[in-house]
Amino acid sequence: MDMQVAKKKLGLKERYALMTRDLGWDTTYQPMNKVFPQAEYEGIKIHDWSKWEDPFRLTMDAYWKYQAEKEKKLYAIIDAYAQNNGHLNVTDARYINAIKLFLNGISPLEYMAHRGFAGVGRQFPGVGTRVACLMQSLDEIRHSQTQIHAMSNYNKYYNGFHDYTTMIQRVWYLSVPRSFFDDAITAGPFEFMIAIGFSFEYVLTNLLFVPFVSGAAYNGDMGTMTFGFSAQSDEARHMTLGLECIKFMLEQDPANVPIVQRWIDKWAWRGYRVLTLVGMMMDYMLPKRVMSWKEAWEIYFEENGGALFNDLARYGIRPPKFLDQIAFDKDHISHQAWGTFYNYAAACNFHSWTPTDDEMDWLSAKYPNSFDKYYRPRLEHWREEAKKGNRFYNKTLPMLCQTCQIPMIFTEPGDPTKICYRESDYKGTKYHFCSDGCKDIFDHEPEKYIQSWLPVHQIYQGNCFNPGVDPTAPGFDALGAVLDYYNMAVGRDNLDFEGSEDQKNFEAWRGMATKNI
Amino acid sequence: MSTVFIALQTNDDTRPIIESIMADNPHARLNEAPAMVKIDAEGKLTVKRESIEERLGREFDLQELHINLISLSGNLDETDDELTLSWNS
Amino acid sequence: MGVAAIKEYVGENKDRLENFHGNQLLYVGWEDHLMFCAPFAFPFPPAMRFGDVIEKVLPGAFGYHPDWAKIDWSKVEWFKSGQPWAPNFAKSLAENGLRHKDVVRFRTPGLTGIKGSCS
Ligand SMILES: [Fe+2]
Ligand SMILES: [Fe+2]
Repeated sequence: MDMQVAKKKLGLKERYALMTRDLGWDTTYQPMNKVFPQAEYEGIKIHDWSKWEDPFRLTMDAYWKYQAEKEKKLYAIIDAYAQNNGHLNVTDARYINAIKLFLNGISPLEYMAHRGFAGVGRQFPGVGTRVACLMQSLDEIRHSQTQIHAMSNYNKYYNGFHDYTTMIQRVWYLSVPRSFFDDAITAGPFEFMIAIGFSFEYVLTNLLFVPFVSGAAYNGDMGTMTFGFSAQSDEARHMTLGLECIKFMLEQDPANVPIVQRWIDKWAWRGYRVLTLVGMMMDYMLPKRVMSWKEAWEIYFEENGGALFNDLARYGIRPPKFLDQIAFDKDHISHQAWGTFYNYAAACNFHSWTPTDDEMDWLSAKYPNSFDKYYRPRLEHWREEAKKGNRFYNKTLPMLCQTCQIPMIFTEPGDPTKICYRESDYKGTKYHFCSDGCKDIFDHEPEKYIQSWLPVHQIYQGNCFNPGVDPTAPGFDALGAVLDYYNMAVGRDNLDFEGSEDQKNFEAWRGMATKNI
Repeated sequence: MSTVFIALQTNDDTRPIIESIMADNPHARLNEAPAMVKIDAEGKLTVKRESIEERLGREFDLQELHINLISLSGNLDETDDELTLSWNS
Repeated sequence: MGVAAIKEYVGENKDRLENFHGNQLLYVGWEDHLMFCAPFAFPFPPAMRFGDVIEKVLPGAFGYHPDWAKIDWSKVEWFKSGQPWAPNFAKSLAENGLRHKDVVRFRTPGLTGIKGSCS
C-alpha cells in the first residue's frame, strides 16, 4: 500500500489551470462559430485559444478576496474624508472643478466598460480570455459605483455634480469621452480589446489615474486619491490583459498583424485626443502641480509606451502613426483646451478662470517653447478684460471634428498659429476633421462615423430643447433653452470661478472650520 | 534597453515591499511622488516573495500586491515565488 | 470598405441638409485669431446675402476682439476649403457657390491678434 503523503497546496499555475482553463468545452447542439458569432468577422484568425496566457493567473476565489480588501480600504477612507469634512482641506475651491470634469466625464465610461467587457467576454471562444474579461467587467462596475459614492459626497456641497447621467448624453463636451466609448463598444470584440485594453488602459489611465491622482493627493483630496488608486490597482491587471491580447493576436497568425496595426494607429489617436482633457486638468486645474502634462506625457507615453512598441517590433508592429505631430503638440494641447473651456464657460457645468501670476510663471517654465509666445498674451488679455467687467464668453457655437467631436481647436502640425482643417467627401456630403489622424479614421470606416451625434449640429436641428419649448417664439433664448436641456443651472453651475457660489461657499465654510464663529 | 516599472501606493503595507524590491534590484530607481512611488528599472524587475516575508515577519502571498499596486509596464510573469517584469527588446 | 460588420451595414448621416429646417451649415474661421478657440458653425438660409453674414452676424461672433474694428474688408483674403476664393457680398450664399457644410476662412493682413501672438 502506498504511503499517504501530505499533499502540498496547489501552486499558482496548477490552480489557475484547474480553476480557469479547464472550465470550458466545445458545444454540441450548435457549431462553435454559431455560438460565438462575432469571433471571426473582424478578420482576426485564432488557431489555438489554449495558447492564451494570463500572467497574473488570478482565480475567482483570490479575486474576491483581494477586491473585498480593496473595497474595505476605500470605503474607510471615503467615510473618514466625509466625516472629517475633508473637502475643506483641498488647496482651494478651483480644484473641485477638475473633479467635476473627472466624475462627469470619466465615471460613466466605467459603467460602459463594465458592459463592454461583459459583452466581449461572452463573445470570445477561449476560456482564459473569457474569465479575464469577466473579472475586468466586475472591476469596471466597481469603479463606476465607487466613483458615484465619491461624487455624492461632493454633490452635497458643490455645484455641477447633480446629474451626470443626463449630462453624459447631452452636454457638448461630454460627447467627446462618450463617443470614444460608443465607438469602442460598437466595434467587434478584438477591436474593443485594443480600444479599451490597450488605448484606454495603457495610454489613458496611466496618465489619468497615476500622475493626476497623485496630484489629487497633493492637493489634499483624499476622496479622489482613494477611488483613483483603488481603481488603478485593477488597471495593472487590465493593462496586462490588453497587452496579452495584442501579443496573442500577433502570435496566432501573421495575417493579424496589419489589422492589429491599424487598430493601434486608430485607438492611440482616439485615446490621445481624449487625453487633451487630462492635459488641461494637470496644467490648469490643480492649484498645486505635481508635474506638467508634457512631463507626464514624456514619462508615461514616450518612455513607457516607447518600450512597449520596441517590444512589439519583433512581430512587425511599428509605433502608432502621427507620433511626430503628437511630439510637437505636447507643448500646445493643454493650453488650447483650457482656452476652449474659458471660451465656452457659459455652457459648462464647471468653472474656468485665468491662471494667477505664479501659475503663469510655472507654465512659462514648463513650456518655454510655447507658453509666453502663444498663450500668455491671450490669457493676460482675458484677465484684463475680466477685471474691467468684460469677461469673455464665447456664445457662438464651434465647428466640431466629425471623428473625435472636439471643437476644431487643434493646430497644423508644426504651426501653432494655424487651425488644422481637413475634410472628406462621402456620398455627396462634406465631413470635417481636426487632424490627419481623425480624417484617417473616418476614411477607413465612413459608414460608421457619418452617424456621429455632433452636439452643435443637434442644437441647430432643434433636438436639444426640452419638450414644449418653441424655438420660433419671439425673443427665444437658445443658449438658455439648451442649458435647461442639459439640466445646468445658469449662474450656479456655469460661468467663471470668480464670483461663483462654489467660491463663496468654500470661503465661508473654510472660515468656519478654522475659527469659532 | 527599455525601462519597466511598477508603481505602488505608499503606506504601511507597501513599505517592506518597496524596500525588498529596491534591495533585490540594485539597478532600479525609486521615484517618489505624492502618495505613491514609481520604481523604474532597465530591462527587468523582480519582486521576490521571500524578501518581502523576511521584512514582514509573516507569510506573504504575492497576489497581495494587487491591493496596493497602482500600475506597471512590461511583460509580466508571476509564480508563487516571484513576479517579474521584462521587455524582450 | 465602409465598415467592418457582421452583415450589410448602412449608416445614417445625421446631418443631412433637410434636417436643418431650411438652413444650411456654414463654417467660418478667422485666421491668426485663435483667441476664438475654433471656427464657428452657423445655420443660414441659402438665400441669405453673403454681405449680411459679414455685417449682421459676424460682429456678434468676433466683435469682442480688439482687431475686429480695425478690419479693412477690401483687403481681406478669403479661402474656401483652404483654396483662395472671392465672394460677392451682394449675392446670396447659394449664388456664391456655398453649399451645406462648406467652410470658409478669412485672413486680415496686418492684423495678427493680441500682441502679435495670433490670439
Ligand atoms: Fe475602470
Ligand atoms: Fe478630431
